[in-house]
Amino acid sequence: MSDVYVVGIDMIKFGRFPEKTVPQLGAKAALMALDDADLAIQDMQALYCGNLGQASAMVGQRILQEIGQTGICVVNCANACATGATAFREAWMSIKAGVYDVVLAVGVEQMGKGLLGGAGGAKGISKEGLLGSSTMPAVFAEAGMEHTRQHGTTFEQFAKVSVKNHHHSTLNPKAMYQIETPLETVMNAEMISYPNTKLMCSVNVDGAAAAVLVSEKKAKELGMQRAVRVKASVLTSDPYTNRDLVMPDVNAVTRRAAKEAYEMASLGPEDIDLVELHDCFATAEILHYENLGLCKDGEAGRLIDEGEVALGGRVPVNVSGGLLSKGHPLGATGIANIYEVSTHLRAEAEKRQVEGAKIGMTHVIGLGSACGIHILEKVV
Amino acid sequence: MSESEQAAKGPLPVVSWLKGIDTDDPFLEGHKCGACGAVFLGEREVCSSCGTRNQMNAVRLPNKGRLYSYSIVHRSFPGVEVPYISAIVDLDDGGTVKGNLINIEPDPANISFDMPVEVVFGDALGRKDRDGNSYIAYFFQPAT
Ligand SMILES: [Zn+2]
Repeated sequence: MSDVYVVGIDMIKFGRFPEKTVPQLGAKAALMALDDADLAIQDMQALYCGNLGQASAMVGQRILQEIGQTGICVVNCANACATGATAFREAWMSIKAGVYDVVLAVGVEQMGKGLLGGAGGAKGISKEGLLGSSTMPAVFAEAGMEHTRQHGTTFEQFAKVSVKNHHHSTLNPKAMYQIETPLETVMNAEMISYPNTKLMCSVNVDGAAAAVLVSEKKAKELGMQRAVRVKASVLTSDPYTNRDLVMPDVNAVTRRAAKEAYEMASLGPEDIDLVELHDCFATAEILHYENLGLCKDGEAGRLIDEGEVALGGRVPVNVSGGLLSKGHPLGATGIANIYEVSTHLRAEAEKRQVEGAKIGMTHVIGLGSACGIHILEKVV
Repeated sequence: MSESEQAAKGPLPVVSWLKGIDTDDPFLEGHKCGACGAVFLGEREVCSSCGTRNQMNAVRLPNKGRLYSYSIVHRSFPGVEVPYISAIVDLDDGGTVKGNLINIEPDPANISFDMPVEVVFGDALGRKDRDGNSYIAYFFQPAT
């Protein structure tokens, strides 16, 4: 099976673009990725499109209606917050299978403001605030408090994640926000769902990201200078664990994916130079240090306390600013993560560059649940 | 049955697995896999833990358990009274249930993991459906 390479990748600056349509945002990212690869839409053999909000509305085809209706295969994917990673993986798989040599993956989302949560059913009465909470801040707060229960992780340690990621975003011009948030500011922000304050919740933004993936044969033809090799692409669903159906278990689904990804890449956590992981809430990031093997179980609090996961530390996490400050346009997030890591592997991340980065990991969680992990490697 | 007849029948259970609300001894019902022992809320025919078919047995879940995890919710959907405690409770003998933890100050200083709680039943905070039906819900409170 051919190795798969990313030869073009980009994202639009995340923000709020109510005057644009979803296909327009996706089209913009697609054109940027094509330009980055120095290829045209006519070179693409298939398009894998990830979008959640308009999952039944043929977003991929409508993107081609914006930038070139070449008649190629289009697949539209929806997989909660793992949607973009799923589209990227479908593209990867089509090349692995030997069906195509050059394909495009796009992730795009237009978000409203406000709380994300389980929709109240049409029948009966709303259960929100009656049988606990199904809002995302509460669900991830409960997952964080499980870590507190097991390891004594403090509100302050969770808050430090947000301080770090907001600091990182000041170095990323494509992030929604570039604002420092000191610890007191984070901890004293409006409490949404203890222990997550408003500044510990990801930002709802509009966004799009796109990637051009090619076979080894095509990569050699195009030149490997800026190519990034996909060393592992894994997608898992939530395996049965005792509480999963009541309290979504984001740990088991991630641990399974991480194990498979390390095996596929023949690498271990010690080989990873930087990570973009799913910090949908500050509490979540702490869990994933351990789930991804960046430290032993119970050491996540120490990792954030000692700055090991900050830019300049042992294994920088979310140097883009993460979902907490770069923003979280659900369907775009999985490809935007890959853009960030690829940019470091290409040594093009400027002020936030992780020096000497050779191997990076991306991770997303779609609650319900899906976990997508990619391991990427610098080629030249 | 017309809407008014439905409403006249009295309150409904908030979830299908809340049983016996027309008696003085309501309870939560689980479905336990005869092969692997996994406990689920709501009826089902196949176990998602082990895949065994047709060995799910209805069991009466105990009204006692321990607090596994929680969050104190300060912002919720419009119209929902805050703050409140969203609690994950492991019932004695298996089964995990999520619900509001009531009759305790919503302050982390007052809440401890594994604190014993009991299941209590009552009106669903005055909420009614479109047809005017009222509902009976379950809650957790610190065990006495
Ligand atoms: Zn079973």
